[in-house]
Amino acid sequence: MAKVEQRDALSSEILRDFYREMLLIRRFEEKVEELFRAGDLPGFLHVAIGQEAVAVGVCRALEETDVIASTHRAHGHTLAKGTPPEAIMAELYGKKEGCSHGFGGSMHLYDVARGNLGANAVVGGGIPAIVGAALAFKMRGEPRVAVAFFGDGATNIGTFHEALNLAQLWKVPALFVCENNRWAESTPASQQLAIEDLTKRAEAYGMESVRLYGQDVEDVYREAVHAVERVREGSPLFFLCDTYRLHGHYIGDPQVYRSKEEIEDARDNHDPLELTRPQLELSEEELEALEAEVAEVVEQAVEFAKNGTDPDPGDALENVYA
Amino acid sequence: MPELSYREAVRDALSQAMRKDDTVFIVGEDIAEMGGSMGVTAGMLDEFGADRVRNAPISEMAIVGAGVGAAMQGMRPVIEIMYEDFLTLGMEQLVNQAAKHRSMSGGQLKVPLTVRTQGGAGWSPGAQHAQQVEAWFVHVPGLKVVFASTPADVRGLLWSAIYDDNPVVFFEHRTLYGIKEEVPDELEPIALGKARVHREGSDVTVVATGRLVHESLKAAEEAESDGISVEVVDPRTLLPLDEETIVASVRKTTRCVVAHEAVARMGFGTEVAWVVQHGAFDYLDAPIERVGAKFAPIPFAPVMENYVVPHAADVLDAVRRTVARDG
Repeated sequence: MAKVEQRDALSSEILRDFYREMLLIRRFEEKVEELFRAGDLPGFLHVAIGQEAVAVGVCRALEETDVIASTHRAHGHTLAKGTPPEAIMAELYGKKEGCSHGFGGSMHLYDVARGNLGANAVVGGGIPAIVGAALAFKMRGEPRVAVAFFGDGATNIGTFHEALNLAQLWKVPALFVCENNRWAESTPASQQLAIEDLTKRAEAYGMESVRLYGQDVEDVYREAVHAVERVREGSPLFFLCDTYRLHGHYIGDPQVYRSKEEIEDARDNHDPLELTRPQLELSEEELEALEAEVAEVVEQAVEFAKNGTDPDPGDALENVYA
Repeated sequence: MPELSYREAVRDALSQAMRKDDTVFIVGEDIAEMGGSMGVTAGMLDEFGADRVRNAPISEMAIVGAGVGAAMQGMRPVIEIMYEDFLTLGMEQLVNQAAKHRSMSGGQLKVPLTVRTQGGAGWSPGAQHAQQVEAWFVHVPGLKVVFASTPADVRGLLWSAIYDDNPVVFFEHRTLYGIKEEVPDELEPIALGKARVHREGSDVTVVATGRLVHESLKAAEEAESDGISVEVVDPRTLLPLDEETIVASVRKTTRCVVAHEAVARMGFGTEVAWVVQHGAFDYLDAPIERVGAKFAPIPFAPVMENYVVPHAADVLDAVRRTVARDG
């Protein structure tokens, strides 16, 4: 994971790397939508389309030994933390080669060797464990950071409040990243959040916070580097990213609850790919080559997954106990 | 052999583990200076310091969840939940998180967490401080559940629970904290999943847990003078259950009573009854009897509380019902 030494603009090489990663997430998610609609994928899925800059900007600011916990909308975080696309795709197909060996699926993607402690299907479910992980790091004197990703909806649930208070009390190296897309499934912010400025929720627990526009990956990265540095020194921090969910809550969600204008505004004005692409200084040919390269990676991931091994039914009884 | 109270035995297991092993630490409400609401952790703050004996805010979800997270990073946290009634507040982290991480990750994680708690009626605390809720946890794949009823057992089993690599819900009982027993000089770990036969008998097997082990032993004494020979078996670990010992006992005696303080309906005894009827069906001379609390929230007034909660007399009645039946 490359890290910036100075506080100037990112080198174009690094920015292109970030863009490629976001593009990979985008094309991966689009492919996942296509496969799901074709009936290939069991279960249900939540794509991270629109929120790529937060995933990439934050994860690129982390060391390999830092850990993350994600949400039901985990594919972007999981890719950004380094899990190979084929391992995720295989998991979505329920194959043994999947990152959770077929046991978890979309909402329970784990890659512990890469510091990914799991996606979580319970809103706010993974947040307290991040406090515990950070506590373990502190107790053992390890300079590691634990990062919880969650949405604005999760800032209403008890685990969020209890965890922030506890993290601040115990002064543990935990970073709380809120992807504020202002929708909790079908419920807009106005119907679920009693206040607009969620940094006040961190302030309520005496915790430092940062609020930023989450669609510019360079900004997210730069702020994340500073935030992670502070957290590594020993104080938890609330990192609020204003972002946009460009698609529905789940694949197939007709979003009857959302105005066309709002969806169009998000897609036209707040697409992280569109915002970064002009800054890359790449020619049309170079951009096309990048698209082709990413498309190939995604295709290979699908091939790998389709050719994967189905678990034996009896494997269901494995891993219940250590 | 030293004599230890149940309370001291718990403290001893915790302390010995913490002396041996930096990865063990304890978190709970009021466990530090106060030494815990039941005095279990008295003196431990002085010995181990505030980093490893942590007072927690009233945040069961966060403290159980922090335990989950620390355990996933290789620590062996022991979280104290003050009253088992409050496990409800941490259920999500115990049931959806702790119990399932290993499975959902396809075996990448383990959660060596111990959650200690206590409960028990008989002192008029009212319905929200008097429950016995072990049955809920025996129903969750991925958890282990322990309920020891004597000082030696609680010491040896707590040690094993701490060193088990799975999340263990460890039940203690309020009324047992003061009971004393001679225990081995050296702490002898007791493997999870092994029952204990407290008293041998030939006419009826009583499978009892917690306080009802002692009530059953009292009932057995009285039954003896009536010429009924009662065998008392304490599973000690509820999940995984020592089915072999229990079934073997009932095949010998041909009659069975299950007894626990928890509500009878859908209680842990119901599971034991299934195991017994399945493993000893052709041996049974009577239907299996069940002793547990009557089906009501436990009222405050002592006379009502006493009525709802089971006692030795209820075990004796159940024993008599099994032998009254013509084989």
